[in-house]
Amino acid sequence: MIELLSPTRCIACNLCVKACPDHVFEAVENDIPVIARKEDCQTCFLCELYCPVDALYVSPLRDRDEIVSEEELAARGLLGSFRQRMGWDRSRPKGTHKDTSYRMFEDDKVKP
Amino acid sequence: MTAQTGTKLEADVVVMGGGPAGCWAALAAAEQGARVIVVEKGYVGTSGATAAGNTTIIDAAPGSVAQSEAVKRRRARGAGLVEEDVVTRVLDETYRQLGRLADWGYGFPTSDTGLLFRGSMRGVDYLYFMRRKLLKAGVTILDHAPADTLLAHEGVAAGVSGRWRASGERWTVHAGAVVIASGGCAFLSGALGTNNLTGDGYLMAAELGARLSGMDFTGQYGIAPKGSSVTKGIVYFWATLFDVDGNRIEETGDRQEIVARHLLRGSVRAVLDKAPERLREGMRHGQPNIFLPFDRQGIDPFTQPFEVTLLYEGTVRGVGGILIGQDGATDLPGLYAAGDAAAREPMSGATSGGGGPNASWALATGVWAGGAAARFAGSLGPLAVRRPARAATGITGTTVAHADARAELADIIRAVQGEVLPLDRSFYRSGDRLAVSAQRLDTLWQAVRRFDVRLPGQEKSYEAAAMTATARWIVASAQARPESRGIHRREDAASTGEAPRRIHSGGVGRVWSRWSHAADHSTPESLAAE
Repeated sequence: MIELLSPTRCIACNLCVKACPDHVFEAVENDIPVIARKEDCQTCFLCELYCPVDALYVSPLRDRDEIVSEEELAARGLLGSFRQRMGWDRSRPKGTHKDTSYRMFEDDKVKP
Repeated sequence: MTAQTGTKLEADVVVMGGGPAGCWAALAAAEQGARVIVVEKGYVGTSGATAAGNTTIIDAAPGSVAQSEAVKRRRARGAGLVEEDVVTRVLDETYRQLGRLADWGYGFPTSDTGLLFRGSMRGVDYLYFMRRKLLKAGVTILDHAPADTLLAHEGVAAGVSGRWRASGERWTVHAGAVVIASGGCAFLSGALGTNNLTGDGYLMAAELGARLSGMDFTGQYGIAPKGSSVTKGIVYFWATLFDVDGNRIEETGDRQEIVARHLLRGSVRAVLDKAPERLREGMRHGQPNIFLPFDRQGIDPFTQPFEVTLLYEGTVRGVGGILIGQDGATDLPGLYAAGDAAAREPMSGATSGGGGPNASWALATGVWAGGAAARFAGSLGPLAVRRPARAATGITGTTVAHADARAELADIIRAVQGEVLPLDRSFYRSGDRLAVSAQRLDTLWQAVRRFDVRLPGQEKSYEAAAMTATARWIVASAQARPESRGIHRREDAASTGEAPRRIHSGGVGRVWSRWSHAADHSTPESLAAE
């Protein structure tokens, strides 16, 4: 579930409010958004892609809370790690041509 | 129901759901000149099972050896219910549209052999692209606008209404035709990207009398690292599995079935040690979400065994859905269905289509349903949106406030899940257990229909009702098939040599199910009229 919306990184663009498929975030007037409905988070990690400043962290644990510290996540290189791997940049996909999924189909084990 | 208030919009075609099927339907309709509105519970681009995952798609040229092999594979796996002509048409359409995607500038990768690889896309990248394509085509998108009511006029679908998630206010779209592309139903199991997939479109269609099919073929689960959402079963092709005692599992065959058997005896661990280095790197760069549960918990999945579990995927990856004809037409004139919202026996037979066939099916049926809906709307003329259409569906028993509606609804949802999610309910079925489930679900239906989605605290009541109804069709259909076939596994009935037939189901107050002939799927009226 979503565990961090960093108040130091967030620029209040509210893209997470818009892009979250489960309406987890809520915009706040003249302020940064809040995680308003954490229990509705489906742990899809997609808000991290849309966040232009790597201010969000989704724990891979889908049905229980995880206590996280921004400092530690940053030190472990986990803030924005999914976005970087996917090649997203400023809320846009830039890495589709680098998708190496085709290697999964090379040894003929998997047939679509 | 009383007159609708709030936002009022008009369109030739309204599409419910903005995953791949909905996007392709909207685009196909817009390309025919129709004014199109997409209404989406979440956000078009991130909502649904495709967005959160990767989508393998069958890229095989018409008439090629690759295509005929793909068709043969479908037939071999389908336990008698696959229709080769339909599979061929789906693959032809997929090939054509993949070519258009490339022409429009979608950045397909080039494999090491120097060829463009179009057989897999990252869902979120694909849908980002489709969203932009729709906006360029003039399609209006309503995000965070869950639908809960179909409008009809004299037995013909005439629009959709729902509420805005943010404000709770109502919106209504009067339209010449409606496409249901709301996806399947996974009962909030936690499987990747399935939270919005609660069967809402099934219930709306069934309330208007449309038939469903294939709800018996729903014993479908995905393997995931325990505690995570990441149901990416493909990686377990390269896994070694260990049983509860730590012994290596040597059995061969269906991976889900092996895991299910051993989970019932305790627990299962996996390690992806059979993946060669080149593939490990390929997975990392290709599908980074595979590694989120591992990297974030400090596990190396290639060397360290980790616990796995099965998460229910229901009709998202299973077969059941609204019965459609060739062009996506349902039993109701003006109402079309596509993708996981539609029954898929012709494509996947009695087994899961898995990623490739399902993605191809979503694309092709989306294109067909969108095109047919635009033609239907066109045939009605411009005054269609002025028909005095009324809310023809919507679960409103008594509109009373409940003291603690949220908690009551959560209890109902948990109880429904209890009849569907456990392995001994949906992976392995028996007549005795199905009979108990049927009775409990009847009671739950009486409970859930007392809520009204328009009242505060009852926002999730339509989803709860849709899941309850879907569970009832699943159980009724499973009861009607006293044999094991495909992903319908009866402990009390073996596979038979019976001629393959489909099971249709439907009804809301009273649920029904009955056998049908395999070729009997293409009977919806509007198909016959084509």
